[in-house]
Amino acid sequence: MAQTQPAVDIRDLDVTFATDGGDVHAVRKVSLQVQRGEVLAIVGESGSGKTVTARTMLGLIPETATVKGALFLGGEDVVSISPSRIRELRGTRGAMIFQEPSTALNPVFTVGWQLAEGLRAHGNVSKQQAHRKAVEMLQKVGIPDAARRVNDYPHQFSGGQKQRIVIAMALALEPDVIIADEPTTALDVTVQAEILDLLRDLRAEFDTAIVLITHNMGVVADLADRVAVMLNGELVETAPVRELFAAPQHEYTKKLLAAVPRLDIADRPQVAPSDEPAVVTATDLEIEYPGRLGRRGFRAVDGVSFEIRPGEVLGLVGESGSGKTTIGRAIAGLTKVTGGSLTVLGTEMLGVRERAFRPQRKDLGFVFQDPATSFNPLLTIAQCVAEPLIVHGVAANALQARDRVDELLEAVQLPREYGDRFPHELSGGQRQRASLARAIALDPKLLIADEPTSALDVSVQARVLELFGEVQERFGFATLFITHDLAVVDLLAHRLVVLHHGRIAEEGHTADVLGDPQNDYTRRLLHSLPVPDPVEQAARRARGPLASA
Amino acid sequence: MRLRRFLGTLPVVHQFRQSVGLQRGMLVAGLIITGAFALLAILAPVIAPYGFNQLSTDGESFGSQQPPGGDHLLGTTVGGYDVLSRVIWGAQTAFFVIIVAVLLSIFVGVLLGLVSGYLGGWVDRVLVVIADAVYAFPTLLLAIVAGIVISKGQSDLVGGVFAAAISITVVFIPQYFRVIRAEAVRVKAEAFVESAKVVGASTPRVMFRHVFRNSTRTLPLIFTLNSSEAILTLAGLGFLGFGIEPTSAAEWGYDLNRSISDVTSGIWWTSIFPGAAIVLIVLGITLIGESLNDLADPRLRARRRAAATPADAVAATVPAAREDLGEVR
Repeated sequence: MAQTQPAVDIRDLDVTFATDGGDVHAVRKVSLQVQRGEVLAIVGESGSGKTVTARTMLGLIPETATVKGALFLGGEDVVSISPSRIRELRGTRGAMIFQEPSTALNPVFTVGWQLAEGLRAHGNVSKQQAHRKAVEMLQKVGIPDAARRVNDYPHQFSGGQKQRIVIAMALALEPDVIIADEPTTALDVTVQAEILDLLRDLRAEFDTAIVLITHNMGVVADLADRVAVMLNGELVETAPVRELFAAPQHEYTKKLLAAVPRLDIADRPQVAPSDEPAVVTATDLEIEYPGRLGRRGFRAVDGVSFEIRPGEVLGLVGESGSGKTTIGRAIAGLTKVTGGSLTVLGTEMLGVRERAFRPQRKDLGFVFQDPATSFNPLLTIAQCVAEPLIVHGVAANALQARDRVDELLEAVQLPREYGDRFPHELSGGQRQRASLARAIALDPKLLIADEPTSALDVSVQARVLELFGEVQERFGFATLFITHDLAVVDLLAHRLVVLHHGRIAEEGHTADVLGDPQNDYTRRLLHSLPVPDPVEQAARRARGPLASA
Repeated sequence: MRLRRFLGTLPVVHQFRQSVGLQRGMLVAGLIITGAFALLAILAPVIAPYGFNQLSTDGESFGSQQPPGGDHLLGTTVGGYDVLSRVIWGAQTAFFVIIVAVLLSIFVGVLLGLVSGYLGGWVDRVLVVIADAVYAFPTLLLAIVAGIVISKGQSDLVGGVFAAAISITVVFIPQYFRVIRAEAVRVKAEAFVESAKVVGASTPRVMFRHVFRNSTRTLPLIFTLNSSEAILTLAGLGFLGFGIEPTSAAEWGYDLNRSISDVTSGIWWTSIFPGAAIVLIVLGITLIGESLNDLADPRLRARRRAAATPADAVAATVPAAREDLGEVR
């Protein structure tokens, strides 16, 4: 294969899905080239066709799709060749890295077996050879002690390590192109930074082309050489990454870039200290999950003290496993407190009985992370939003509550007709707004928002966050905003608590913590956050990584 | 119509209006077949030319193994019964068994499964062990034991029906239990259930409003399996001589058994018609169950509306496609 030939050459690709709802034109006349060793980022919102375009490269699209045009993968037109030939190309010419590493690996086989399976499916490799190669690949992607860990099962690895293993599987047959579909979305920022480093190194080592599908402009700025922006199945703009960020041409690109949350470190007026008692007070809070028989439990939260004052937005920041969600759930009474003291709305949660806490629940709202599962799929939005009203006896049934529900939907800027729809008929952002409406239905004193925007598109996230701020100001409830995204808390929170392994790493006013972090871990978090600006990100990278704490 | 009334709890008419295309076709076919049998069962005294245990008219015997035609449209059996009448009356017996078996098992099984799955703890562990133990019993053996206990070996209509129904019940309670329990365990971890808890909903409310309805997706399917199993068990009992005497009720299984020797001698009408009746009624109920299963879930229901994003459109028919198309939820 000549080096000059692009790794991927897409010409006038057109993908149409036949559905009961008529034909859906998912990709329209897209032409793209990816050179060897190049990282092309495809950005766009959900449903923009970016994933379909990428998946077509490996023939991974449903049977209902009609594909027109040509897509050359290392000189062979994937659109016209037979399915069995496509299968041969998968792995050898093109490979895929999936978004969720924990579901991309089969839990009942060792990672070594899974790596070897891919090797043995293509070509005549003996068991021993495949095993050796598997160990070698694991070493390459930075799994420590690879020779031993090759026999471990996926659940014995952390999320970042699992993604490394998925990358190892993709690289095993040295493909010309790797399709990375949101490879870091499910990972923590510090892990994301490591994975991005890994991808960059591997690109240099293997000279592989990478097609990066992401909605995170920070990741794009960090890794991509060129960016293709898709909107409604059309390619609206393709430009080298610096040009695109510096001078976006298309209206949509401008909008998209404007929506990206940036760490501006805005100085927000603090809530005036008042004599009112704090809504939540935690003193040396300890939460331990019971271990299996004979084993020690896992201490998720270890000696955490903080308080949330009325009307204040407290940002609780940390990576997965830091205990931030556990604290949120403990405040909502979903997880038992095992030590210290946690007072929520005047009720001590240590050893509390559900019956005693139930009356307080009307002053408590909760917005869940995943908009897809936070609504009962069999009830309409109006019924779901009416639920707190019915439970606390404000309305006898959903019909009676409808007026209030309409008001609430209006407050979160949803048309009232949406009340009659089922949850799956709403987009993620709309559902999250409805979720907010449900949380504020009883005019609560405290709202707990657990990563409410992490599952949303950038531009949707911006709108939801804006709405969040507005609603919070209007209703004046205290908020515990749990997130891993520093840029998001920067937009909303008055004060910040940074958690690390169940302990508080740092706390203080948002501007202070983000502007002048005192703690090593906070600094590392801030540093890992890719800046949505390729020039600055490159400069930061050149300065070298911080000494890892 | 008693089956229909039972289905009324799953509003069939409502779902019929919702359905389109193939789903509607399946539902309609199932409804027509099952409806036809239900009509046969109810109108048996009117439709059937003779009684199920009638051997003669006006003192004149029907004669044994008469070929179809003349006075006996579908011929007569070796015992001298009219095949058509036996098939029609048999529908009544079949429906009896289905209704009794389902009523006995579904409520207990579903309730136990829901409680066990949602509450967990030692209740759950004990119930699972019992369910597993019951699984080890062969249905037919239980049916025979139940038959002996209930009717002391004499098989009249009520005794035979209850023997079949109770054995089915004992075996199927664990099945309902298992399925509902598994679903309840899955559903209770979903955010909307936690959301209901945060809102302050009482445990029964969470269980019945949020968990229950989301756990019953597979219920129509087991219900149909249960129904066919009930019919088949009744037939099996008849075959082994524990069934219902031909003088107390018409029963397809018994007739099939009697026709075994006829098959080799070229007498086809005594086996084909009761056999076809069994196949058709099971088919009809299964079709209804399958399509209700799809229609009960808004995510599986096919629609005619055009969708805004490609992901939406595909998701309307293929629920998992939303993730496939990369829509970040």
